[in-house]
Amino acid sequence: MELKFEIEGGNFTGAGNASSEVKKTLKQLDVDNAKIKRIVVALFEAEINVVAHADSGIITVTIDDEKVEMLVDDKGPGIYDITKAMQEGYSTATRQVREMGFGAGMGLPNIKRNTDVMNISSVLGVGTNLKMIVYLNDTH
Amino acid sequence: MKLSEIVEKLNLHIINSANMEAEINDAYASDLLSDVMGKAKSGQIWITLQTHKNVAAIASLKDLPAVVITGNGKPDDDMLAHAVSEGICVLGASELCYQVCGKLYNLLNSEA
Repeated sequence: MELKFEIEGGNFTGAGNASSEVKKTLKQLDVDNAKIKRIVVALFEAEINVVAHADSGIITVTIDDEKVEMLVDDKGPGIYDITKAMQEGYSTATRQVREMGFGAGMGLPNIKRNTDVMNISSVLGVGTNLKMIVYLNDTH
Repeated sequence: MKLSEIVEKLNLHIINSANMEAEINDAYASDLLSDVMGKAKSGQIWITLQTHKNVAAIASLKDLPAVVITGNGKPDDDMLAHAVSEGICVLGASELCYQVCGKLYNLLNSEA
């Protein structure tokens, strides 16, 4: 099964829609609750990252018996230093974003912690591609 | 302790009534949304001063039955609408975070 979502940069009102849809779908598929929680945390953080930093983004979620794979491809400024961005507490978020309670530098670390595979690549001035996988059985 | 008892004992006002019969044993207090995403546990009530729509979205995603907005804060219209549609209880406190947390902590721990 494949789900696709478009994200608009700067639109915090729409942030969370993709995670919410994916959560509902996974519940219907009877996926283990603990897995759903991890998937939803990771996807929500990724959505917020696109809204907070990029111009637009596309989320593609593929669900099969083995895993949930989430691709988040955005058009935007890219990430200057991915190693730094992965550090807890490091953020380049604007003041407005911070006032909303985002931009604490916990997004990417939260994603890392809640996924089995996380790959991130970025081209400055072009955008960022994030791939996340959560395996549904524990043999991995 | 039932959510309805907490509402009564802490003198909270009900902005969106939901989950009043839910059994509450714990709470999470934070205004950093990623912190809540990362660390709050399902079934906890969330104490915050944030009032925008993402608060309701996170409460729903994390299965938090209620959000307590401190310091007489009011939820934004889209937060309230989202809380209504997702079945999240929204409560208001006239007191600030420290007082609300302190009282709730005593209340929940006096039961044990």
